[in-house]
Amino acid sequence: MSVVEHHKKLPEGSIEKRTTTLNLGPTHPATHGVFQNILEVDGERIVDAEQTVGYIHRAFEKIAERRPLYQITPLTDRMNYCSSPINNMGWHMTCEKLLGITMPKRVDYLRIIIMELARIADHLICNSVIGVDTGAFTGFLYVMQYRELIYEIWEEVCGSRLTTNIGRIGGFERNFNDISFRKLEKFLNEYPAVLKEFENLFTRNRIFMERTQGVGGIAADRALNYGFTGPNLRAAGVDYDVRVHSPYSSYDDLEFEVPVGKTGDVYDRFLVRNEEMRQSLSLITQAYQKVQEFKGKDAEVFHADTPEYYLPEKEDVYTKMEALIYHFKIIMGETVMPAGEVYHCVEGGNGELGFYLISDGGRTPYRLHFRRPCFIY
Amino acid sequence: MALTNEQIKLRLQEKFPEEVTGFEEPFGMLTFSAPKELNLKVLQFLYDDTELKFQFLTTLCAVHYPEKMGEELTVVYHLHNLVDNVRIRFKVTTDIEKPDVFTITNIYEAANWLERETYDFYGINFVGHPNLRRILNVEEMDYFPMRKEFPLEDQTRRDKDDEMFGRGGSNFFN
Repeated sequence: MSVVEHHKKLPEGSIEKRTTTLNLGPTHPATHGVFQNILEVDGERIVDAEQTVGYIHRAFEKIAERRPLYQITPLTDRMNYCSSPINNMGWHMTCEKLLGITMPKRVDYLRIIIMELARIADHLICNSVIGVDTGAFTGFLYVMQYRELIYEIWEEVCGSRLTTNIGRIGGFERNFNDISFRKLEKFLNEYPAVLKEFENLFTRNRIFMERTQGVGGIAADRALNYGFTGPNLRAAGVDYDVRVHSPYSSYDDLEFEVPVGKTGDVYDRFLVRNEEMRQSLSLITQAYQKVQEFKGKDAEVFHADTPEYYLPEKEDVYTKMEALIYHFKIIMGETVMPAGEVYHCVEGGNGELGFYLISDGGRTPYRLHFRRPCFIY
Repeated sequence: MALTNEQIKLRLQEKFPEEVTGFEEPFGMLTFSAPKELNLKVLQFLYDDTELKFQFLTTLCAVHYPEKMGEELTVVYHLHNLVDNVRIRFKVTTDIEKPDVFTITNIYEAANWLERETYDFYGINFVGHPNLRRILNVEEMDYFPMRKEFPLEDQTRRDKDDEMFGRGGSNFFN
């Protein structure tokens, strides 16, 4: 009989109770977010927990029902602020699927570069913060300067760093400048050595291994039943990756491997994330090579040719009639979208991030549902 | 041999000739619906069948159509067959006056929180759910905020006093 079952049979306040009830949160440095846990702990092992989430619920799905498509992008930023470009682009791709826009190859590769940088930034935080929680601060500080470099690249591309609101429906707001490519090259040159050193600090570190191995392990079938996706599912040994299973944005042109773990415990998740950062680096290198192959006029393509949905250049707005009309219609939210329902998903930093958009042919979504990888399990 | 939408459709029609209806394929994803009393049977069949193997619940959500009398609320299940990599969408509709739908937590554990959330925002009563309480909103709330009868604030309203934000009072424009 498990401890929990044993307890259910005991009267209230019984001294036979073998566990301790512990309140963790709503704010606690180890939860990295605002939610409350009422834990039943048996020594150091958590046997039961009751969570209260929703302290920072922001009703995005409701707000989105009133906004034109381009105004929903800033909402998606806030869903996972460690890798907001993935969310932004996932949303843009959902809209493009509904509106029937085909993207130029160069934009796809540029998007892959940005999305993989976001994945690295996300995994880097996750893995280094595990270090902080288990008592190793050094790794965290050490990789943080490379997250800074990633943010500088985004800053060159879109002007902001954390909640990026990067790109638009149909592409990017401007072409990548030289500085962003120089910074990207610097990152690609320097980061592999940093990642190596980061792994040296952790992977075979006895203290780290003892504190993470066998903690939170889960079997593959149970993980699937609970709706796990992303690195946590892969650590349990299922090679499900949205980039492979439903390729979007030209991921099928590039070569990469999907790392899998075995036991699904914290240590395996750590290893999977580390290896994914390697694969992301390789993806960025390949995509960057493909971007460099575009010469002359092709190297200036940074958005699809869809004037109805893509916000025109400011200069054109002042000088051209059509551009002025489209600008007005887009900004005032007067563009109608075709009726239909579409589900599109991307591989976010922590799992399958899906957008289920129902349009009734109006100016705003009739219903927008986000499949949030973390809420589900 | 990969599983196609056509095969899934035939297999379903074989098993539920009358009940499963409304086959569509928007953007390549097979969509169909069934009466709400049968949602468990259909999902269990989709889960257990050796050909179909829809054993992964991607997401679950509800939609409110106020103008459809008697079937105002729709529950949408997104399922994924990870072996053959096929996605499908399954819908059941229910009356808003009596929004009872059977829970699917016995088949997919992932549905636990998703059903709580759907209950929280649309008021769908998932019969048999182990812990059907509000999840994101406060428990004292007595309405279901995602229903269409609660519109968002009119962005052009002028009666609001936003002196606090340095934009003058409510009669700033008059």
